[in-house]
Amino acid sequence: MTQALTSDQAAVLVDPDENRGGTGTTRFVLTKIAEALASILLVIVLGFLLFRLLPGDPVAFMVRERPTDPAQIAELRDRLGIDKPLLTQFWDYFTGLFRGDFGTSYIERRPVLDMIGERLWPTVLLVGSATVLAVALGLWLGIRAAWKRDSFFDRAQTGIALTLWSVPQFWLGLLLLVVTGGLFPSRGMHSPDAGPGFFAQGLDVLHHLVLPCVTLLAVFYAQYMLVMRSSLLGEMNADYLTTARAKGLRDDLVRRRHAVPNALLPTVTLVFMQFGMVVSGAVTVEAVFSWPGLGQLTYDALHGPDLPVLQGVFVVLASAVVLMNLLAELLYRVLDPRVRTA
Amino acid sequence: MRIKHVRRGVNRAIAVLAAGTMAILPLAGTATAQQPAQPKVLRVALTTGIDHLNPFTASLAASTQVGRFIYEFLTIPSADKAEASPALAESWTTSPDKLTWTFKIRKGVKWSDGQPVTAKDAAFTFQRMLDDETARTANGNYVANFQSVAAPDDTTLVIKTKAVQATMDLLDVPIVPEHIWAPIKDLNDPKTDDLSVVGVSDGPYQLTEYKQNEYVKFKANTAYWRGAPKVDELQLLVFKDVEAAVNALKQGEVDVINRLTPTQFDALKGQPNIATNQAPGRRYNEININFGVEDVNNKPIGNGNPVLKDLRLRQAIAQSIDTKTIVDKVMGGYGQLGGGVIPPIYSAYHWDPSPAEARKFDLAAANKTLDDAGYAKGADGIRVAPGGARLELRLTGHANRAFDQRTAQYVAGWLQQIGISVKQELVSDEELNDRTTAGNYDLAISGYATNPDPDYALALHTCAARPNAEGKGATTDTFFCDPAYDGFYKQQLTDTDPATRAGYVKQAQARLYSQAVNVVLDYDNALEAYRSDKFSGFQTQPQPQGSILEQTGYWGVYGAVPAGTETAAADAGGSNTVLWIVLGVVVVVVLVGGGIMIGRRGKAADDRE
Repeated sequence: MTQALTSDQAAVLVDPDENRGGTGTTRFVLTKIAEALASILLVIVLGFLLFRLLPGDPVAFMVRERPTDPAQIAELRDRLGIDKPLLTQFWDYFTGLFRGDFGTSYIERRPVLDMIGERLWPTVLLVGSATVLAVALGLWLGIRAAWKRDSFFDRAQTGIALTLWSVPQFWLGLLLLVVTGGLFPSRGMHSPDAGPGFFAQGLDVLHHLVLPCVTLLAVFYAQYMLVMRSSLLGEMNADYLTTARAKGLRDDLVRRRHAVPNALLPTVTLVFMQFGMVVSGAVTVEAVFSWPGLGQLTYDALHGPDLPVLQGVFVVLASAVVLMNLLAELLYRVLDPRVRTA
Repeated sequence: MRIKHVRRGVNRAIAVLAAGTMAILPLAGTATAQQPAQPKVLRVALTTGIDHLNPFTASLAASTQVGRFIYEFLTIPSADKAEASPALAESWTTSPDKLTWTFKIRKGVKWSDGQPVTAKDAAFTFQRMLDDETARTANGNYVANFQSVAAPDDTTLVIKTKAVQATMDLLDVPIVPEHIWAPIKDLNDPKTDDLSVVGVSDGPYQLTEYKQNEYVKFKANTAYWRGAPKVDELQLLVFKDVEAAVNALKQGEVDVINRLTPTQFDALKGQPNIATNQAPGRRYNEININFGVEDVNNKPIGNGNPVLKDLRLRQAIAQSIDTKTIVDKVMGGYGQLGGGVIPPIYSAYHWDPSPAEARKFDLAAANKTLDDAGYAKGADGIRVAPGGARLELRLTGHANRAFDQRTAQYVAGWLQQIGISVKQELVSDEELNDRTTAGNYDLAISGYATNPDPDYALALHTCAARPNAEGKGATTDTFFCDPAYDGFYKQQLTDTDPATRAGYVKQAQARLYSQAVNVVLDYDNALEAYRSDKFSGFQTQPQPQGSILEQTGYWGVYGAVPAGTETAAADAGGSNTVLWIVLGVVVVVVLVGGGIMIGRRGKAADDRE
């Protein structure tokens, strides 16, 4: 679902109307915000309809393998409101959203917003830290690989990155679990034995974070590296680099002050796209390490299916992507004068 | 320029050092956190989810289990035979008409806050379920038939039912303290999962911490009326991935795991310090045959192939399924041969067909039956029904279950040999549920977990269990609706004499078997493993050969016997040493690597300049 959204947002990125009016930044910003809001509205409607196409009966899932008489089942159906007309259900859901009410989970019978809230922070922590590290590592390696194109370093690093990129995440995760042999906890975010107090708890979380974060990092960084590498390669033969060198600048400075800033734009786009995706978590890695994040919540909600949870997660994730794209577009104008004046 | 270089080098060195320290910190944290490992802790891997701890609304299997650990019940299935045995109720009697049950409540049992447990608490629990719809979420089935509940004094509980109810001596309902729960108006309130509410209990363990989606922590109830558990602390740790849980067992992070696959179980066998436990399970696997199913109003439902209405064809199919091969090849031997719908673990109610009744696996006989019934073989070897319809059947099952994948292949192969072509349609759990509840199948791989009381497993095949025209509103297994079966079902439900009741239970299973509406393939074994270096034994249910965790009761974790404390201490020390060695290596690598790089970089820059 996030994939489709990305392309949708990519289309917005190259909006042909963008430069026609030309009455200035305010208008541009307002248009972009309006577009973002429209996208979110569309997501709400789509999310509601989409998940209703899923097979399954939440009530059957709830009473599975428990003695339940028909009267009890009828009570449950009534309480969940799943037999109401679709339009009524949508209206209840839609008006609820404006009151900050995302509905109540069918299976867990808890407010969806609470459930998303308690899962958001672990996911942001895990995927966020992995993304930041991946960006740093990817850019660093990418720049160096491009600068020494076809060197042993370049070929080795590109090969390693591509291999890790194509490794299945769950396999890599399990492998790390086995190889590290119990040095790091294999499940969750907290150990029940961790002492009280902020410091002990924080260290405990960091300790739990290592393996899932490393797994994600290993899989993530290749894309930044390759994008950075190829866009820097595009700049390598540019005349301004020759000029810079002719001025007598050190190679390091030529790269840092001249080549890299010009090659950075595609990477910035990618980074923001990915930051939008951060909240969507990493379903497989969260599963392998039993990390209590949003990816797991989504996966679990597919059983049943737990429609209110799926809808809620969908809206939150899609909104994050839309928001990050909006930011990227605005930042683009700051970063690159060409976009502003074109 | 030189100075600048030096400064850059220093900067880099600082950065490397900082990074190294960051990497070490988390490790150092656990090293200190692991120090106070003195109490005997039992760590159980939990591979299914928890919805609530509030016992009125806790419906998922793992949550029910939490309720069993912290609350006492009126009666619970005994450890040795899984039959009703005293718990809070010391004894119980019934009136001659079997409508009034009087429970004598044990004296001297206390809630963890010091208040006495009385009959009033039990009466409150059931009354709340009668009055409050939300209170019926988890266990409403047990009170659906209640007329009234009363506690005339602190040790007497009187329950009157509208009709005779055979499950009265095994009401699977945790009894909660009235003084805590009475003031709570809304049982859906998230606060009902808080320690202030569910932390007050009377079972073998007392809740001390609940971290949603991560773990549940208990301490031993030293005042437990049966005697304090031998471990000091119990932890249920959530694992979303069984493979990761297996690894955690190997590395000593957890002490007990269950729900292993035969492959995982075999891999754990013979591992040092790990003991495996193979126990008869509560679950039956089956293939349902769509015999022309109808909804609860006797209207045909679904798109089953009408040829299956013929009992002779169904019997021929049943005869062509080799349950022994399924157990040996698909289950890797970790199952018991199928018979009736009550598994052998509940020996009093289990039924196996007599040699005369049994449909022995015999493809030749099945072929002959079909030949005699007029199903002639066509040119391609596929039989044609007397009406002209080719015998082509769909076989549906769970796409994500190895059992279904392999069973479907075997069954398709066997049926091919008796002239029936099978199209395998393995789908998602939800899709499968949609298909089976709406009757949209010919053959379906299915299965249910059963309870110590046979009522649930039998009720799945009664007329009343069939759903409405939309396939909703009730839970049936086979869509079976048969006056003779329903007769036996009602008789067992209202007969409180154990021996005659068991007789009816068996007759009902025999009747179901004779109609070939399903083929019980096998009863899964419960496959469990535990750290034998940390625990020397568990109280299984039933005995001698039973399960540790897959119980209807608290016996397994209550009766856990820790091994000598020396091994545990030595183990903790060992892992710390390894930790520090690895730490040292990491630090050295980082420093040396960083140093070399700084040196090289400096030189390279010099060269270029």
